[in-house]
Amino acid sequence: MALIDVQDLERTFVVRRKVDGGRRRLRDEVRAVHDLTFSVEAGEMVGYIGPNGAGKSTTIKMLTGILVPTAGHLRVAGLDPSKDRVALARRIGVVFGQRTTLWWDLPLRDSFALLQKMYRIPTERYRANLERFVELLDLRDQLDTPVRQLSLGQRMRGDITAALLHDPEILYLDEPTIGLDVVSKGRLREFLRALNAERGTTLVLTTHDLQDIEALCDRVIVIDHGTAVFDGPLPALHAQGGSTRTLVVDLVDEAPAIEVPGAVVRRVEGPRQWLSFPTEASAAPIVAAVAASYDVADLSIQEPDIEEVIRDLYSRGA
Amino acid sequence: MADLATLVRPWHPLARYGEIARLWIRAEISYPASFAMLVVGSMLINALDFVGIAIMFSSIDQLGGFELREIALLYGATGIGIGVADTLIGSVERIGEYVRTGRLDQMLTKPVPLLVQVCSDRFTLRRLGRITQATVVLVWALPVVDWTPSRVGMALVMVLSSSALFFGLFVLFSCIQFWTTDANEFANAFTYGGNTLTQYPLTIFPRELAIALTVVLPIAFVNWYPCLYLLGRPDPFGLPEWLQFCSPLAAAVVVTAALLVWRTGVRHYTSTGS
Repeated sequence: MALIDVQDLERTFVVRRKVDGGRRRLRDEVRAVHDLTFSVEAGEMVGYIGPNGAGKSTTIKMLTGILVPTAGHLRVAGLDPSKDRVALARRIGVVFGQRTTLWWDLPLRDSFALLQKMYRIPTERYRANLERFVELLDLRDQLDTPVRQLSLGQRMRGDITAALLHDPEILYLDEPTIGLDVVSKGRLREFLRALNAERGTTLVLTTHDLQDIEALCDRVIVIDHGTAVFDGPLPALHAQGGSTRTLVVDLVDEAPAIEVPGAVVRRVEGPRQWLSFPTEASAAPIVAAVAASYDVADLSIQEPDIEEVIRDLYSRGA
Repeated sequence: MADLATLVRPWHPLARYGEIARLWIRAEISYPASFAMLVVGSMLINALDFVGIAIMFSSIDQLGGFELREIALLYGATGIGIGVADTLIGSVERIGEYVRTGRLDQMLTKPVPLLVQVCSDRFTLRRLGRITQATVVLVWALPVVDWTPSRVGMALVMVLSSSALFFGLFVLFSCIQFWTTDANEFANAFTYGGNTLTQYPLTIFPRELAIALTVVLPIAFVNWYPCLYLLGRPDPFGLPEWLQFCSPLAAAVVVTAALLVWRTGVRHYTSTGS
């Protein structure tokens, strides 16, 4: 059985709004999630993406047992999350990027000690895990600093350590790199890849940062208006979105638009020209054709912008 | 269900409570100077509270037919009750804040019953100031009672029941915040308000209020009925004598109601979201 099994999941919210200047109240049902079906096997790294209000957080809250589904089938590690919430909590780790699970007034070390008590982590395993994560996430100098004095990046690393001390099988990360600088993002991604490779931890990642997805996830689930509009590997997402790669050509002299088979000029700026061609096509014959007919000073290839791909997917799904 | 297990097997979550509270105490006393100032400050504020009543007695001899030491007995009993409850579960008042800030979501992803987490969160000993002051007042009042073994027993039952009653009231009224997150002041009217009412003999109030405080909001069981027994007084309102033995029952009813409402509140929260 899949580690996460979601079938026809539905979640509606009742929204009451006032009309006629507050004299009458109307009751609206909003379907935050509907007809959602997917499964995740142990050890997968899955990106769960979608625009604001698409139902990402609602799904994560149902998967972690915070919210009870309205209808549908949901099993995580064989458990019904909202019914077996406490039992499930031992087996999952959750990081909400914009909210900390740590205690503001306590030093990082004390927050971790509290979590050891809550999860009843045996002392030896706790020490080994703490030692390891503190080393890998470079938190040693911050252990005695109250959480409110930590930088955003340090706090995020603290939160990730907090979510991993009890060796969860599944780690949910909600916007883990939000607000982090480029170096911190890179290190965090490296850490998560290593965690998955070494411990087989299943990762479910919601993010707006598509570089997170490109760096971490073999598989992407795109959700829009409460239901999955795409589920598959990243390259397939490119293909489905009809995305293109770009060949940037620097000519020795200015020239009219280059004409080669298989590529179209999108832009000309002095001696530099931008040619686009389908993602699945090989760049080699196009490069060869350009080089055969023109004096080329330099060449480079830009990979497709996944953000555009997804935007395209949303607009078609809407 | 996990919450049901909490009701059936109370020792397990209580042990977790103890472990979490101990870590908070350790963190608190790691700043001894600030801790000492907070405790002394809290004791001073509370000390002045009873001084007010004592000063009143410089111009009167009796209030509602009760002399100062008898009132001190009532005052000490209710003060210890609310002090113990406030120390143990004071954080439950912050439910609304937890809902607003998303802290409750974080707590729902931890393998500890929610009530245990909420009550033990930010556990602080500084609330001991109130218990200390109330104990001093109660001890000062002890000579007014003609002690017998059964009255000693009743005194112990009174302290336990009043703590449990306030525990129940705190949880019960805090649950409103699952529906309306800003209801904290409303809850305070019943908990701290109830404490203030029970600092005085109920004979200064109309009979209707005394009955309401027996059957509707049963805080008369916190100290009034047990103290009537301790003082060997017949019921001034002519209510049945057996009410004087009903404090543990009242406490059990209120605590059970509170736990049930709590479960309903949590269920409401997890089925509506924040």
